[in-house]
Amino acid sequence: MTTSDPNKPSRLDPDPVPRRDFLGLASMWAAGTTFLFAAVGSLRLPKAAVLSSPSRKYRVALPDNLPEGAPFVPPGRSVAIFRDKQGVYAISTICTHLGCIVKPSPTGFDCPCHGSKFHPDGTVLKGPAPTALVWRKVTVDGALCIVDEDAKVPPGTKV
Amino acid sequence: MVATKPPPEKKPAIRRFLENLRTTPKQVRDTALRGGKPNTDRTRSTFVFGNVFLHLHPVRTHRWSLKWATTWGLGIASFAAFLITLITGVLLMFYYKPHVEVAYDSIKDIAFVVPTGNFIRNIHRWAANLMVVTVILHMARAFYTAAYRAPREFNWLIGMALLVLTLGLSFTGYLLPWDQLAYWAITIGANIAQSPREVTDALGMTDAFDPGGLQKLLLLGSDTVGEEALIRFYLLHVMILPLALVGVLSVHFWRIRKDGGLVRPKDADQRLGPVAAADYPVFTEAPKKTYQLAAVVRGKSGAVGRGPENTVPSMPHLFYAELAVTMLTIALCVGLAMLSDAPLKELANPQVPENPAKAPWYFLGLQELVAYSAFMGGVGIPAIVLLGLGLIPYLDREKEGTGEWFGGPGGKRLVLQAACVGFASAIAIEWFSIKNGWLREWFPNIKQLWITAVNPGTVLTAIYALYSLWLVKKYDSTRSGALGLFTCFLCGFVVLTVVGTYFRGPNWDFYWSPADWPVH
Repeated sequence: MTTSDPNKPSRLDPDPVPRRDFLGLASMWAAGTTFLFAAVGSLRLPKAAVLSSPSRKYRVALPDNLPEGAPFVPPGRSVAIFRDKQGVYAISTICTHLGCIVKPSPTGFDCPCHGSKFHPDGTVLKGPAPTALVWRKVTVDGALCIVDEDAKVPPGTKV
Repeated sequence: MVATKPPPEKKPAIRRFLENLRTTPKQVRDTALRGGKPNTDRTRSTFVFGNVFLHLHPVRTHRWSLKWATTWGLGIASFAAFLITLITGVLLMFYYKPHVEVAYDSIKDIAFVVPTGNFIRNIHRWAANLMVVTVILHMARAFYTAAYRAPREFNWLIGMALLVLTLGLSFTGYLLPWDQLAYWAITIGANIAQSPREVTDALGMTDAFDPGGLQKLLLLGSDTVGEEALIRFYLLHVMILPLALVGVLSVHFWRIRKDGGLVRPKDADQRLGPVAAADYPVFTEAPKKTYQLAAVVRGKSGAVGRGPENTVPSMPHLFYAELAVTMLTIALCVGLAMLSDAPLKELANPQVPENPAKAPWYFLGLQELVAYSAFMGGVGIPAIVLLGLGLIPYLDREKEGTGEWFGGPGGKRLVLQAACVGFASAIAIEWFSIKNGWLREWFPNIKQLWITAVNPGTVLTAIYALYSLWLVKKYDSTRSGALGLFTCFLCGFVVLTVVGTYFRGPNWDFYWSPADWPVH
């Protein structure tokens, strides 16, 4: 049983809040903010400024006997190049869903990972892909084509 | 005449030297144990609190905590599996080289050249798999015995952090072999991190606000999976995540003690009955010390002035049980490692994805969901599930059924019913979408936001949520709703994982059996 005066604060009661402890509160908040900024700031280091991936602009020769509307995938590249009466165009084979490489098929493109299917012009027919396949920039340079996999062009652009 | 005690005969120094030499092994043992051999109440206590590795344990353990059916040893099994991965992981680091040119070769060396390399790698892989299983089962145990209730609410959250860290460790370990399996699992994982773009793209604001792109950039250190990604995953796998896990795990263990040991029903003492005569007696000597600090500590004070509790010394009762579970875990990992090899596919090829490209089994449920919508399946629904699980201890503040298996209004019958609902609705929605397709097939020009919001995954989540709310109303109890929700969550996880594992073939199409897969 406690016998101390109930009006006197006991050691079990919390300390009274100091009403005018401006400096104390300010330094606590300052310390807290510093830690927060330091944490966010130290994430600046792992956020790469220069990407290590190689340039994705290259020259490629289309086979002479490439049938109209048939895909040509340059070895080691993730783009399908087509040639028809209106000209040459390139459609990225990177699935817009989760980055798998789609496979050209008679009906367009099929993604092996999660079953997205695309029309030959890249629009989504089926599956979880949120957007159409991206058309890449192609410029014709004599007998060669220059494909830039980092540049996007509106669908339907043929050169 | 007063008999004077003769002065002790002083032995010659050489005799004393030999005597000391003879007793040195015993002295070393006694000093190592600090309190001497643990064979009395007191030395059994000092054995625990005088040892830096054991002192996270209580000195005495309640008999209820030692019943197998209280925990099935799942927490200790998870910890044992973690220790196994830690030791085998360090061994693998002797040979593994985190560089794209040689990573695959070094794993091949481990598998074919390094003495016991393949065996150690298999154990590492099986222990990691086992850890995922035991962590999930441990969570289910804590849930079904309502162990998350006050004062253990926060430890439930810490446990969830451990679940996330466990999955993170599994996922980061997956990339390191740099084979096809690894490469495409990480490509998919990184793009899931980027999937908030599904929403920002649909709203046309990606240029201004792109959290998805930032996440992917931080994860991969580049825009594609390459050397930067490999070194980051390696760093996460061997340094950042294990350290984080050890830190969080220490808090988890510490909180078990501080929150009053394992949960037990109020009438545990009556149910246990008296201590068997063969058992070590409870409190053979009354404690002679008083606990002065207890005066200023809130909550339950030490066992001063109360009768003997239903406890037994942790040494040997608790430690022997823990050792038994550890040995069982090791035996299981070693046995599985001898039966089945860890997979190693061909070298990573960034041009040709695996078809089908499957994540490890514990992510196949998620993969099934991302096959409907990347953002909802990979970010949205997991976030909802984690939020729901985290809220459970703060919403259910009831008392009924604490410490009992399936305790709470409704009990076992409700859980069975919820399991039926959980299985049936998950199977029904999978069947429906496999048979009839989904919105895009019916309305080819539909806006993506509709599919993100309404897809089989979100519909299933909504069904589960509504069913649980209905249970809350029916039984007039939050606990009943939680029982329903958690059971449904487990059932959904099982159905999606089984469908993803066994019934998905090339192009993620549905097949009854891999024998029906088209030849390609």
